[in-house]
Amino acid sequence: MDKWESNRAWFLILPVFVIVAFSAIIPLMTVVNYSVQDIFGPGQRFFVGMEWFREVIHDERLHNALVRQLAFSCMVLLLEIPLGVLIALAMPKKGWGVAACLVLLALPLLIPWNVIGTIWITFTRPDIGLLGKTINDMGIAFDHTARPLDAWITVMAMEVWHWTPLVALLAYAGLRAIPDAYYQAAKIDGASSWAVFRHIQLPKMRGVLTIAVLLRFMDSFLIYAEPFVLTGGGPGDTTTFLSIYLVKIAVGQFDLGPAAAFSLIYFLIVLLFCWLFYQALQNVGTGESK
Amino acid sequence: MRVQKRTIALSFYFFLLILPIYWMLNMSLRTNADILANFTLFPRNPTLANYLKIFTDPSWYSGYINSMIYVSLNTIISLTTALPAAYAFSRFRFIGDKHVFFWLLTNRMAPPAVFLLPFFQLYSTFHLIDTHIAVALAHCLFNVPLAVWILEGFMSGIPREIDETAFIDGYSFPRFFLTVFVPLIRAGIGVTAFFCFMFSWVELLLARTLTITNAKPIVATMTRTVSATGLDWGLLAAAGVLTIVPGALVIWFVRNHLAKGFALGRV
Amino acid sequence: MARITLQEVAHSYRRHPKDPSDYALKNIDTVWEDGGAYALLGPSGCGKTTMLNIISGLLTPTRGRVLYDDRDVTRLPPEQRNIAQVFQFPVLYDTMSVFDNLAFPLRNRGLDPQTVRRRVQEVAEVLDLTADLKKKAAGLSADAKQKISLGRGLVREDVAAILFDEPLTVIDPHLKWHLRRKLKEIHERLRLTLIYVTHDQVEALTFADKVLVMYEGEVVQMGTPTELFEEPRHKFVGYFIGSPGMNFIPCKLDGARAVFDGAAVPLDEETARRAREKEGPFELGIRPMYLEVHDSPGDDRLPVKVLKVEDQGIFRILTVQLASNTLKVRLPEEKPVPSGNAWVRFPRRWTKLYANGRLVA
Repeated sequence: MDKWESNRAWFLILPVFVIVAFSAIIPLMTVVNYSVQDIFGPGQRFFVGMEWFREVIHDERLHNALVRQLAFSCMVLLLEIPLGVLIALAMPKKGWGVAACLVLLALPLLIPWNVIGTIWITFTRPDIGLLGKTINDMGIAFDHTARPLDAWITVMAMEVWHWTPLVALLAYAGLRAIPDAYYQAAKIDGASSWAVFRHIQLPKMRGVLTIAVLLRFMDSFLIYAEPFVLTGGGPGDTTTFLSIYLVKIAVGQFDLGPAAAFSLIYFLIVLLFCWLFYQALQNVGTGESK
Repeated sequence: MRVQKRTIALSFYFFLLILPIYWMLNMSLRTNADILANFTLFPRNPTLANYLKIFTDPSWYSGYINSMIYVSLNTIISLTTALPAAYAFSRFRFIGDKHVFFWLLTNRMAPPAVFLLPFFQLYSTFHLIDTHIAVALAHCLFNVPLAVWILEGFMSGIPREIDETAFIDGYSFPRFFLTVFVPLIRAGIGVTAFFCFMFSWVELLLARTLTITNAKPIVATMTRTVSATGLDWGLLAAAGVLTIVPGALVIWFVRNHLAKGFALGRV
Repeated sequence: MARITLQEVAHSYRRHPKDPSDYALKNIDTVWEDGGAYALLGPSGCGKTTMLNIISGLLTPTRGRVLYDDRDVTRLPPEQRNIAQVFQFPVLYDTMSVFDNLAFPLRNRGLDPQTVRRRVQEVAEVLDLTADLKKKAAGLSADAKQKISLGRGLVREDVAAILFDEPLTVIDPHLKWHLRRKLKEIHERLRLTLIYVTHDQVEALTFADKVLVMYEGEVVQMGTPTELFEEPRHKFVGYFIGSPGMNFIPCKLDGARAVFDGAAVPLDEETARRAREKEGPFELGIRPMYLEVHDSPGDDRLPVKVLKVEDQGIFRILTVQLASNTLKVRLPEEKPVPSGNAWVRFPRRWTKLYANGRLVA
């Protein structure tokens, strides 16, 4: 199916182009501008070239935040993808249960991100939280405000709680798109349920799972509000991820130059993944049309 | 037997899913003193005092109104600009089409933290700080690309013969678009609106940075209260519960379209 | 291989069926003899696929029993029935090679690798897939994919029957003919029971020894292609099979004659006697090719007006007006074509009487 060729289509794109340019290009230019200057106040700025970049690249805390971020994002994928697929497999295929499951699954996705943090504070506080108090009452010391490991576990649990439903919804959509004939043929061929999963369901879900993996990787890479509310990046720096660190520099210390340089590097990392994401999507597309 | 085990496992998962939300609901129905003094699975003396405070104190309830305003504004702006653009991407080939599409998507992936300061600068220059439109525009950064992406998927599912027939029948483009095409992708528009609503509603960082008092969203009100009043847990929980309500209502209305939107593999 | 019997089978997709219209299948009683080539013919939505799925075990019927020889398999799942089924659209295991796809049903049953290899190669040979065996199944053309689906149906030697659910829909016409002949060959060589679902009468009549015609959840006739053509037991068979379909004229009984609009057509005594025991409404049925056309009046000839003549190559189709009825007549090419007024005769041998849609015989 060939599309019509017409450059007048640009007129249709124009509104989007203008609005996104206003929100993206101008601010991006500002960031670039900041990143090469030292700013003391209005009218007092000096060109410093690449210095902020040099400083940021050698920033030990940034390295730690990046390592932490990568570890976090990878763990997110390892936990959420299999769990989401399992949930999708267990979901009913018809009847009132479908709508009920969808609504329940979508619920965490519609809660403002800082409220997610609030929910998990109240849920895991050792003194008043249901989970925190129960664990402590069982004789296991647990306090996410004081112990790094506990903080990690809590942030992880929160993240899995918050976003696994998205993976489940995607996987479910992928499963529902498989025509009945495949399951019927598998029954006739005498396939075990493992074989059905391995040879029918998993291959057919490849497209949506690619999207799920990349989306979850991206969004967990940008995570800010939830851990910020829950742990404030602490104890110490142990749950300080890239966005939290960036906001700390920019707003907390008001170091505009380094923050801008950091922003650009951060954005480039994201762009790199974004490109991979796009390539992967394209490949999925052509793979299916064959 | 196996089906039963599945259902039990699924029910258990949903139980865990609901539990933290239930706990917040539980807290919201108790006074702060009660929360700190007693540990109880369900409120012994349920009170609506927290909710009453939110509904009577303008610094609280105006937060909800502000949020509603900018979320609605954003959804409208995103949809109206994205509709023609998505049509262009789904029907035409033109110079730079792929690049523009990719560039739009990169904005969906941009960390809001990166744009924090420049946004503040930019909107200060235009004297837009602390207005609803500022937040609505800022959220366009990630919602417009998203809307274009979802809508393009729905539109590509509609055969082009429909357009051709309409043009042969003498429809002008705007008339065709509004009276024929838009009704055809109603479901797609519903799903898109849902996602725009959702992402604008849940965002905190930009909304908090671009507002001071007049347009301060509820999410920001909540974080500031955390640090200011020495944590009134009951009030905080009640505010949290109220932020879930609009979302829950929205999902309930689009629940049947939701599966369809997801089925296209677009989020 | 086995004889398959359906006893009083009925199926409804509703959980609590109430009236007969809730049933997709109504009271089916049929026997499929071992080694027969059957076609199941009917319009879409008549219950063909439902019946097939009940035979294979993908569906458990609401009522009735399914027997393989004398074994009751009604509640058994397909994998325990030892049956093969090919679907309308190609079903492939995308991640596997063509060889693995064909081997899949065998491996699931734990056959040893040598047997698997031998069988797969035989089937690939028959379907011209040998060259593709090592390729990924996902990259092949629609034709090849459907051949693989067919192959998975044919690969097991010991199946009770192979069921085909409109398997050639997606194949292009030239290859369709070729594959149908292949299936026929396989049938003749191996004497397997084949049940072939289709809505295409040509496909059914050329493929099968016996054809079952289904209509609104019932088997209205089972017979050889000739029987279906010459003795349609149900009005539906009359106009579904043959081109153009059978002519039907509403009529009343008057002794041994069928009368309508003042005209009368003689019936044989036996038919007339039986018809008197039945309730109406009655209809007279005759195939267009058996209706005689004359250019002059005579015994039992009825006057008609010729409305239209269509040239179909080796024959012509006449549309004639007989009182208030329009009839189609099929004339061989060499016969002269009357115009304006003509006379038709209903030969007794080919004139059928239908009471309430069913043949009186």
